[in-house]
Formats: sequence, C-alpha cells, structure tokens
Amino acid sequence: MGATIAEKILAHKSGKIRVEPGEIIDAEVDYIMINDVTGLPAFDVFREFGEKTQPIREKSVLIPDHYVPNKDIPSAEQAKAMREFAWKYKTHYFEVGRSGVCHQLMIEKGFVAPGRLIIGADSHTCSYGALGAFSTGVGSTEAASAMALGRLWFRIPETQKFVVEGKAGKNVMGKDIILHIIGDIGVDGALYKAMEFYGSAIEALPLADRITISNMAIEAGGKAGIIPPDDTVFRYLDGRVKGSYKPVYADRDAGYSEVFEYDAEDIPPTVAKPFLPSNTSPASELGNITIEQAYLGSCTNGRIEDLRVAADILKNRKVHPNVRMIIVPATQDVYEKALNEKLIEIFIKAGAFFSGPTCGACLGGYMGVLAKGERAISSTNRNFIGRMGHKDSEVYLANPKVVTASAVTGRITDPDELD
Amino acid sequence: MVIALKLHVIKGRVWKFGKNVDTDQIIPAEYLVTGDPEELGKHSFERVRPEFVRQVRKGDIIVADENFGCGSSREHAPRALMGNGISAVIARSFARIFFRNSINIGLPLVEADVEAEDGDEVEINFKEGKIRNLTTGKEFTFKPLPESLLKLLESGGLVEYTKRELARL
Repeated sequence: MGATIAEKILAHKSGKIRVEPGEIIDAEVDYIMINDVTGLPAFDVFREFGEKTQPIREKSVLIPDHYVPNKDIPSAEQAKAMREFAWKYKTHYFEVGRSGVCHQLMIEKGFVAPGRLIIGADSHTCSYGALGAFSTGVGSTEAASAMALGRLWFRIPETQKFVVEGKAGKNVMGKDIILHIIGDIGVDGALYKAMEFYGSAIEALPLADRITISNMAIEAGGKAGIIPPDDTVFRYLDGRVKGSYKPVYADRDAGYSEVFEYDAEDIPPTVAKPFLPSNTSPASELGNITIEQAYLGSCTNGRIEDLRVAADILKNRKVHPNVRMIIVPATQDVYEKALNEKLIEIFIKAGAFFSGPTCGACLGGYMGVLAKGERAISSTNRNFIGRMGHKDSEVYLANPKVVTASAVTGRITDPDELD
Repeated sequence: MVIALKLHVIKGRVWKFGKNVDTDQIIPAEYLVTGDPEELGKHSFERVRPEFVRQVRKGDIIVADENFGCGSSREHAPRALMGNGISAVIARSFARIFFRNSINIGLPLVEADVEAEDGDEVEINFKEGKIRNLTTGKEFTFKPLPESLLKLLESGGLVEYTKRELARL
C-alpha cells in the first residue's frame, strides 16, 4: 500500500523509507513557532536545560500576537519576556507594527512551504497544511525541547480523506466547507488523525479559503489538515519562500482510515451555534437571532480576501445601529493592503471599528470582550462557553460574508438575502 | 516533577465531567499571563463549575467522557489542574495536544470508559491497567501507553529527556 502526504512527510523527516500509523518516531522539524501566551512557560522550561543551551536560532520563530499591543501589566511582562529571549538568542522575532497573527505571518514571511514539518505552540498551527506542509500544534514544554534539539517525537496518525466535488454557491467560502465537515464528523471526528482534502471544490478555492479549512482541522480534533499543493500555492510562494522546497503528494493507493465525500452544492452558508464548532445550521435558518457584535478577523478569516468581501457588502451600507462591528486585519501586510485598496474608508463610513492586528477578541482577551447575555457573530474558530467573554455570552461562527451581512441587518443573515 | 508511571496505585475522590471539556473551561484565556500552576489553578472551571476551586482537594481525580481538553494548545490547562492537586484525569478520550502536554509535564492520564459519579472514590492501578470504583465496587480496565512513551516518561519526562540528549551532543 502507498503512503499519504502526512506519512510521507513524517517518514522523510525521520529518515525512514516509510512509516505506519501508530508508530512513534523522532523527526527533524523545519520550524518551531511560539506566541506570547505559550512563550512564557516555554522559556521557563528552556532555562531548565542549562545556561549553555542555545535554541537553534534559525528554526525558532517567536511571534507575539495574542495580547499585544499589551493589554495589561502581566501581558506586558509576558511580551517583554519573549522579546528578551528573542534578542538574547537572536531567533526570528516580529515586533508589534511589523507583525500580526502568528499563522498568517508564518505564511506571509515564507516559513511555510510544501513538504515541511512545522510545529507551533498554538493549536491553529495546522493552518500551514493549506500549503502542503505537515504542521501541528504542540505545548510549551515540547516547543522548548524542540528549540534545543531541533526535533520532537510524533505518533504517526491515521489519515482521513475528505473529497469535496462540484461548484460551491456564490456566498459559500472555505469556512462553510470546513464547518459543514465538522458538523458532519463532530469535534472529535478527526481525533489524533491527519485530514487530507481533495476534490474540484477545494482546487477551485483561493489560498485564503484553503488556509481557513486547514486552520479549523483542530476543531474536529485533527492533528493536521493538508491540501495537496498546486499552482495556486507555488505562485504564492514565488519570491516569498525561505529556502527551497519539494512538494509531497499521496500515492494513488495510499491507505486512508476513512473517506468522506461531499457535494459542494449541498453546502450552504453555514453557522456554528454555541457552544461547539460542530453545532451547525444553515445561516438562512437562523434569521431571527439578533446580535450585538460582529467580529471579522483572526487566523481563520482575517486575510485581505476576507476584508474585500466585507467591503463589498458594506459599500453604501451601514452597520446596524444595535451592532458593534469590529474588523481586525490578521497582519500589518493585510492592514496595508486594506489601506491601499481603500477598504478601511469603506469600513469607517459604514460605522465599523477597524484596528491593527491582534488575536485579542477571538479568545476573549481584549478589544471586543462580550458582556453577560451578549451575542456575537464571528469569523473566528471557536464558540466554546465564555470563549469571547462572559460565560453567559454566545458566539456564532460564520464566514466573513455572513458576519458582514449580519452586521448590517442586526441578526444572523445569509448574504443571499441582501442581493 | 512527579511522573505518572512511577506511581503504581493512586486513589482519589471523583469530579465528574461530560464530553468535550475544552481548554477555555479548564482555564479561561484571560488568565494566560502566567505559567504558574497554583496561580492558574485559582481559575480552573471558573465559568462552568465555580464550586470546583473552592471544594477541590489534593489528590482528587477527574473522570470525563470523550475529547477531554479539546481546543487550545495551552499547557496552562494541565498546569492549572496540577495546581489544584488533581492527581489524574480519566477520560474516554483526550484531545491530542492536551494529551501530549500532560504526559510531558507529568499529569497522569488514563484513557478508559469508567462509570463514576461526583464524590465517588476511585483507585487507579497503573501497573495492572485497572481502575476500581471503590464506592460502587465496579472494576474497569485500560490499555497502558505505547512502550516508547512509557520509556520517555520513566526516564523523567521530556525535560529530563532533552537534558540527556543535549549532554550527548
């Protein structure tokens, strides 16, 4: 039997001809990414390795994003600890003003490429699968260990194959495809497994939407969410990628633990209701649910493509009087593009709030925390109890078009309704 | 650091949880400004079971359903539980990053389907792969971890492993 993309990358990185699901290997990682929240415990662990131990600086990428610009004194201390570690050891580091949400930044700055093995002390590290990498979230202790050794233990996951064929509706985005899949298989439907995505509906997606799909693999419990790289990816990497890379594809007779098939035409603009990403319904069925906040941003949907569709809807429209719309570009680069394309002007004229990049509100940290009883529609990835604020607040997850259409009407809205 | 597999038998009072207990429940994100287990522990389950922190006792054991620890990669989650003196978590399944984090920092995890209610007393025998609910008298079995992970744990967890590897270089 042949091998899946996940198996091939992990075999190659552990110096083996082939690996089998369940096997535990030691593999060389290409990059280790750490953010400000997971950084502090990692640096404490790193110190335990002794004064003489240096991180492998070219592999270590430190990106403050969760609570920067600093939200309070403890977060300021945390960000300072990261900055000092980065300066001391001369690792990769991206300061406020030249940075952004870690996963989008990792991709923009050319760290991510097909065939690479990348770990990150952040669960949404699986995002890089959209470019054909094997990437997965790890904890702080193991990130520290990998910074020192350049390698880490992995259990070879079984791989599931998801095939989405056909033409998606005009308001259906990558977000709807992944929410639909999570709604089908559940929040542990891919537990311990790698997900691979195939089919004409996936191939037709721009890279931004593919990143959204890979990003949310973890919401099904997945270890990775890999899409075979094609010209869309190669063109994006041209002139951007650090070093060289070699695309990896699955064998025709690769062994998948399960195969799931979907018809893109059956997937409507989809909303995940509280309190799990698997609790999905078509947006069109939730039209009587009012909202107080509409959030557009995050590693899931804070790219320029997401801002463009929002601007298309907001042009000559206003945010509903009862709604705060908060728009947060994922990175400075996205911010600059939004500026140059005059999207920010559209947002401001529509009555939306626009800021520089941060993870802030996505995890209920700051810049848009919800009060008791408040409800938000959000382009982010999690709607757990209290995720964006008070335990009695609610988060509905949706694509950027649904988020924006809902901001205009003040209730959950399928964008078809506005046409 | 205490390593799970060196403990042959542990006994504790049960806190019962359901499916999909996520890391935002275990430790809300707003408190992720420290790595200190005791400081983090003050806010464990604050939004879903505020009585937990007031009533938890050193040595208590969490018994949960599927997908315990889903969500974020925050190692703060197992650290917060350790800060409260939780001696082990038994669940039908664990989210993978929570699983790795717990193993790496020495919070004993057992993947098993166990019947128990709040306040029951359970006993985990790691050597025999058995769990006994001392309140109801029912017994359950579990499969031990793969050998290479056992070795990693028995050698002192990932920190000790890394130190040894660094010394070898």
